[in-house]
Parts: sequence; structure tokens; C-alpha cells
Amino acid sequence: METLAHLRYLLAENPLTLAAAVLALLLLVGAILGPSLAPYDPLATNTSRALEPPSWGHWFGTDQVGRDIFSRLIVATRLDMVISVAAVSLSFALGSCLGACAGYFGGWLDRLGSRLMDTIMAFPLFVLAMGIVAALGNTVQNIVYATAIINLPFYARLARAEINLRREAGFVEAARLSGNSDARILAVHLFPTVLPTMMVQISLNLGWSILNAASLSFIGLGVRPPTPEWGIMVADGASYIISGEWWVALFPGAALMAAVFCFNLLGDGLRDLIDPRQRT
Amino acid sequence: MNDVPLLEVAELSVEFRTRLGTVKALEQVDLSLDRGEIIAVVGESGSGKSVTAYSIMGILDAAAHLTAGRIMFGGLDLLRVAEAELANMRGRELAMIFQNPRGALNPIRPIGRQIGDILRRHAPMPRAGVKRRAIELLMQVRIPDAERRYAAYPFELSGGMCQRVGIAMALACEPALLIADEPTTGLDVTTQAAIMDLIVELARKRRMATLLITHDLGLAAEYCEHIVVMHAGHVVESAPVGELFAKPRHPYTAKLIASTPHGAGQLDSLTPIPGGLPDLRGELPPCRYRGRCERYTSVCDQAPLPRVQVDPRHVVACRDPL
Amino acid sequence: MTALLEVERLTKFFPLGGHSTLARMVQARRRRHSGADGTSEPALLHAVDDVSISVEAGESVGLVGESGCGKSTLARLIARLIDPISGKIHFQGRDLGELPAHRFARSPERRLIQQVFQDATESLNPRFTAAHSIADPLQRLIHLRGAGLWTRVDELADLVNLPRELLERYPHQLSGGQKARVGIARALAANPQLLILDEPTSALDVSVQAVILKLLAGLRRQLGMSFLFISHDLNVVRLMCDRVLVMYLGKIIEAGPAGQVFEQPQHPYTQALVSAIPTIEARPRHGRLRLDGEPVSPIDPDPRMCRFYGRGPRQTDRCRMQMPHLTPVLEAQLAACHFPGGSSTGGSDGLEDHRAAASDRR
Repeated sequence: METLAHLRYLLAENPLTLAAAVLALLLLVGAILGPSLAPYDPLATNTSRALEPPSWGHWFGTDQVGRDIFSRLIVATRLDMVISVAAVSLSFALGSCLGACAGYFGGWLDRLGSRLMDTIMAFPLFVLAMGIVAALGNTVQNIVYATAIINLPFYARLARAEINLRREAGFVEAARLSGNSDARILAVHLFPTVLPTMMVQISLNLGWSILNAASLSFIGLGVRPPTPEWGIMVADGASYIISGEWWVALFPGAALMAAVFCFNLLGDGLRDLIDPRQRT
Repeated sequence: MNDVPLLEVAELSVEFRTRLGTVKALEQVDLSLDRGEIIAVVGESGSGKSVTAYSIMGILDAAAHLTAGRIMFGGLDLLRVAEAELANMRGRELAMIFQNPRGALNPIRPIGRQIGDILRRHAPMPRAGVKRRAIELLMQVRIPDAERRYAAYPFELSGGMCQRVGIAMALACEPALLIADEPTTGLDVTTQAAIMDLIVELARKRRMATLLITHDLGLAAEYCEHIVVMHAGHVVESAPVGELFAKPRHPYTAKLIASTPHGAGQLDSLTPIPGGLPDLRGELPPCRYRGRCERYTSVCDQAPLPRVQVDPRHVVACRDPL
Repeated sequence: MTALLEVERLTKFFPLGGHSTLARMVQARRRRHSGADGTSEPALLHAVDDVSISVEAGESVGLVGESGCGKSTLARLIARLIDPISGKIHFQGRDLGELPAHRFARSPERRLIQQVFQDATESLNPRFTAAHSIADPLQRLIHLRGAGLWTRVDELADLVNLPRELLERYPHQLSGGQKARVGIARALAANPQLLILDEPTSALDVSVQAVILKLLAGLRRQLGMSFLFISHDLNVVRLMCDRVLVMYLGKIIEAGPAGQVFEQPQHPYTQALVSAIPTIEARPRHGRLRLDGEPVSPIDPDPRMCRFYGRGPRQTDRCRMQMPHLTPVLEAQLAACHFPGGSSTGGSDGLEDHRAAASDRR
């Protein structure tokens, strides 16, 4: 109950957070109900109606083989959301665990983990993602894995630094006095204090992961046609910008932009919600 | 002593407009300070001591609103002086030492340079002169090996030493008024004594008026000549130190004294003050100690809060003083 | 009768690792002074050096000293949060050193020694409600669950006069005094026999301090606990403790009944300490005893030299070449000094009585 009240207060205070929340809701609805909301079959081609500009019949126009862009956009929401959420969840779970242990226990675990993260960060991250997908194959799963791997260091480093900072805090000593083992202290007492900072990182990452998946698809290494996905749609539309069919690339591009924008803003709101210190 | 006080705060009233209401932080605060005098402003946290100090220095938060009062310093009303002029006075005629010695120093700048910054701002002199004067100041505050320590960074110094640097910075331009806001909190007892000894010695030597803000009654008793007791934004009592402790006239002062652990007492005679500070937002009675006072009667609700002159230098804000 | 807590020759050194700037500076200096090869042994910080103390059941012992004297390290050693290099800790006759510190959390003896921290804000998990913080030791140390757990939490809140409604709040929603009470309730949760209090009221306002001190004293009587009361506020120690130990640079330099040590300090450091306490009492004073110079470095100190050398009124060859040990000076009072007692004549600055000077102006 208190959380709901606090949530309402947050949304009322900051119109941007409210806008982001509304947008996020739209994205969620699109992801869940996508196919049922689409007026046309996203895969149905109709070459006679190719490259039609936006009209009442086709709100966002049609692409080069006559598919309705609006329907494809909506259906693609689910795929893009799933990819980014899956990748970020994986990345967060693995990375923060590794980082937290490294930050708390130090020693060889820290050294090993840090060197591993350094190895990942030594590569230009997108190139690394490309490499992983190229090596493992063009599937949605592999896109998720690749995105998760390249994002590991951010979580690991953040977790490591935050845990290291709080390792000697008074409440940690108090927890030791209360009979908590090291593992319990790390998991139950320390890790939750690190979550608020992680929230911002997670939301930034969500936006970044969508872009990553879209970029991989854009260059042909990601999702395969004819599966609707924002990145592929932008790739399709790129060649038509010059000839004046702007809508093919613009709408999926705008969707990408909106999603990233929304997640970035939500990050701040989420952090405020989770950090009890912000509660009055 | 001069006839005209160096600093005279009259009827100072300050409010803070916050999201959760208007906090009436200070109401009708009076205090005066002569050249060369050392006075203490004591009270619990939240009593308004720091707000008073910050008002004098002109460094209040942007949310603060002055609703009444004057602060006369050498003929000027500090509250109505232009910011540019006030900035010139700060550091030169008005100086302040802060509670957290490390917090007041720039961690990435050598201490000698920081003292130099003040000298350059207020007392322009050739570069070599600045360094020499800074070292001189470090020696005056008894920092050992001052020549070498000129280039030291704050993290290389202990808390006590950092506070000495703070004092050196405050006194660099020989101000007429020094405000020390809890200058020894967090320092060891012997360091505290050394720092207070230093402040008092320098104050006496330069006839500098000193305002010591503290919650430690013992400290006030030990080093100051006159004590101003504050509670919830009001001055409740103001008296010379001997009189205040021998015969406090305000019930809060008496309770404050009785709640301070001191050498001879027993734990049983330590009496805590009941209740807490009132919420300074919203409607407040004329006497803000009303809720905690066992001598309260309906006559206490008469506005305004009285100022009873029980002795030449002793004022009590109570309708029924002890 | 064996004492509740018996500490024998406890020693803790911290090796200064080769990588920190301080260590490198120290090592460079050592090389310069020793002149030779530059040993690869790390420098050692002598935090606690050959300390022996005892605390009886129901007794309140004060531990005073300035920052850097080792009292916090000693407290952490006794609380078994860290391991000593040498020495023994006996509690109720049992040797607590059998289990290393990082495994001590799970031993049945963990609940017998608890601690109240200086900064209550720091010592409470910002994401736990007060109730949760108090419940944690109950769950871990006595394995209480369910309704029994929350009943006990309520009982503890009542014991420390914390209104039950506040149990659902987070630390940032509580005042300083309330947080202090939560910390005390948590420390008392598992019925410890020895409570270590590390400056429990120094972060509190004077009126709240009085309340908390009385609360602590009352609880001690009620529950029959022993206190190890660490504080730099000698006035508070005097009120709360039966006996007091004075520490300086890792060693105990004076010990005795609290009132007596403050009335008749025997070690020059204690004399300086006592003379530096500001007080509102108009006590007759013999003037401030100034401490000269800087303290001896706690890093690799000369084992033969008195740690207080160079700071007091007397500096003889004997002080430099023979480490004084705690010896009885007065009845029940011990001091580690070759020249204990004496009048508190001032240091090089001579006598200065601020009271007299100030009263001239009144």
C-alpha cells in the first residue's frame, strides 16, 4: 500500500516519469497483445500495394513487398522486448553476482573476475556481439546471449564497486555480530542496498540492448527475415529513404527511439521507487 | 568595552519555504557581541544556532526568507548589503570555521595554496609574499614543520590539524568577527582543548569578537564569557556565564544544565528534557517551549514572547522565570 | 571466581601492505634510517600491544583513549570480529580463540558478546525496517520464527522505550535517539552477557544522551549484563562505569576505579586528558597540562621506549630505554609510568588557567 502511494506521488511529481510510464505501458500492451492488435497479417505480402505512403488504410504505409508497416511494428514489439529483457536479466543476474562476490571476498576471485571482465571490455562491444552471433549462428537465442555477454562488465564492475564500498559499513559488522555467515551477509544484507544504483544501469541497458539487437539485425546478423523486428525494418527502409519513401524506415526508427527514451526515463523513476531513503 | 557593539542582531526572523510547509526557523532572535568578546550560542540540534550563524555570514540556503530583523555590523546592515559587497567582507572582516574540518578543505589542493587563495582574494600582495604569509599563519596555528606542511594535502593531516588549517584560513585577513560552528565536534578531548585554547588565544590577542556555536555546555562554560541559549528558533536566555550556571532563570536552561553529564554528578541526578522540539511548521504558540515545560500556565499563551531583563546583562524570555 | 571476560596479552598488528602510499613512504623511511639493504618485511602497525584486561559479571568497565589508541581494535578483538596475532580471550572460562573470527558467527558463543555502535545510522541497514533489524539476531542466534519472533521484537521495543508503531519505519524515518534505541534493542535481542558499547551516545544530542544513558544503566541492572564502555567523553564514562582503563597507542597505561582515576590520575597522559575535559563545574583546577609534540608513531615503535616519550613533563633516559609496565600505584589503581603521580605541572607553556582569565572579565 505504501509503495502504491509512493508510486502515485512519484508520477505526480515528475511529468517526464509519467510520460515514460505511459509509454512503457503502451510498449507492454503492444508486447503482450501484439498479434491481436495488428489489423493485418504482418507476414502477408501484397506486391500490388508495395511502398504505399501512410493512409487511412495503412496507418504507417506499406513496405517494399506490400506488408503493412503498422502491423509489423506492433508485432515486432514483442520480439524486441523479449530480447532486451532476456538479455538484460541474464546479464544482470550473472554480472552482479560475479561482481558482488569479487567485491566482497576479494583475493583470487576478484582478480580472476576482473581480468575476465577486462577481456570482454577490451573488444569494441558491438564487434564482439557480431563475432559471437556469427560464430554461434543467427538465432534469437544467440542474440540474447551475445547481448548478455557484452553487458556483463557493466554490472560486474558496478556491483563490485558498490559492495566494496559498503563492505566495512556498520550494519555489516552488526550483521556479523548477529550470526550471519558471509554468504548471507552478501546476499541478504548487502546486495539489496546495491539495487537502487543497479536500477538505473538496468534501464539504460534495456534501451541499449534493443539498439544492439536492432543493430545486429540491421547488418543481417540478427533476426532473419521475414520475422518483423524493428532493426530489420529500418534496414529494409534505409535503401528507400533516398527515393523518397521515408515511412518505411522512419516508423520503426521512431519506435526504437521511443523505447530507448522510455527506458532511460524509467530508470530514474524506478530507482526512486526502490530506494527507501526517498520515502518520506 | 566599547559602547556600540560590534555585532548586533536584532529581531532576526527567518523562514524556510519547503515542499512540506513553511519552517519558521528563527523568530525575533536578538544577540550582541562586543569587540574582543567571546560568546557562545548553545542549544539542541534544530534550535536555530547554525541558521543564526549562516544569517550573519549571509550564506543561507536559497529557500530561506528573511521576514524581519537587522544584523548591524560596524554600522552596516548585513541583511541589506549587496551580495558583492558582502562577498568582499566575508573572509576579510567576517570569518567562519566549520564543523567538519575536512569538509571545509578542498581535498585536491595543498593546504598552503588554500590559505593563499584567501590572501589573494582579500589582501593582494606579491606571490612570494603570499607564500610567506601562509607559512606564517600555519606557524601561528601551531602546525609543526609549517614550511614543509605548506605543500601537504588535507588527507595527510589529522582532523585536529585540518581544523587548525581552517582556523588559519579564517584568521588570514585578521577579521573583526569570527564565527566558530561546532569547531571541535569529532575531535579528541585533548585536541579539542588545544583547538579551543588556540582560538581563544588568537581572539584575545587580536581583540576579535568570537561567536562559538556549540551544543556542549561544558565547552561554552569553559571558554566563553557570555552565553545565549536557544530553543526552537527563539533565544530563551542570555546571560554572563557565571550567572547562567549559578542561577539559570529559564526552565529550559535549567533542564539543559541538569541533563549534561559532568564530573561530580551521579547518573540519577542526570535529568533528561521531556518531549522534543516542536514541529516548526504550521501554527506555533508564542512560547515554543510550552509543550515541554512543567511550569506552563495559561498566561504563557499571551503573545508576544516577553523579554524580561532580570539583570544588566541577563535577559530571559519567560513570563514566569525561575 | 573466574571473571566473565579474561583477556591475556592480546596483540594485534596490522601489516602495512606494500602497495599503499603510506606503506611505501614508511618503507622508504625505514630504508633511509636503517641505512642498509631494505628488508622486504612489511611495516607493522601496532594497534593493540600486549593488553590484558578482565571484566567481572555485572561490572561496567570504561575504556578511554584518543583516536588511534587502539580501543576500537581491542573492542573488535573482544567481539571476535577479527583475530589477534597472539594472546587469549577467555569468556566464562572458555577459550574463544578456538574458532577463527570468520567462522565465529555460527558458533553458539556468538550471542554472548554483542555490541552497540557509535553511529546508529551507519549500523542499521537502510533497507531493513526497525523490526527487521531487531529480528535478524533473533532469527540467526536463537532461531525464533513466526509469531514467537515478532512477540519478542515487540518486547524488546518496549524494553528500550521505542513506541511499537516505529518498528515499521526505515532508519531514515527515525530520529537519532530512536535509531539508537533500535541499535540497543538489536544488541540485547539474544540476551548477551557482555555488551560492548562503542561511543553509543556521541552522535546524539545532549538531552537524548541523558535518556539513553539512563536506559543503558537501567538495562544493565535489570538484565545483569557487563559493559565494556568505550568513550572519549570522560564525563560519561565516569557516570556509567565502575572501573576505567586508559589506553594510549595500543597499551593500557592506567587502570582503576572510575572516580579515583579521574580525581587522582597517576599517568601524565591521564592527567592531561582529565585536565582537558571541559566542565561546567567550577572545580578548582591546577591548570591545563599541555601535551607537547606529536605522538610516537604506532608503526614499528621501539619496543624499549615508553610510548608516551616526548610528550609529558619528564623525559629521562630510563623512559627511553625501559618500557614501563602497569604497576600498582595507589590502592586498586595501576599506572604504566616510571614517575607516576606528581602534581600536574604544565608542559612547556606553563600554567594557564582560563577560568581565572575569563572570570576577570565578568
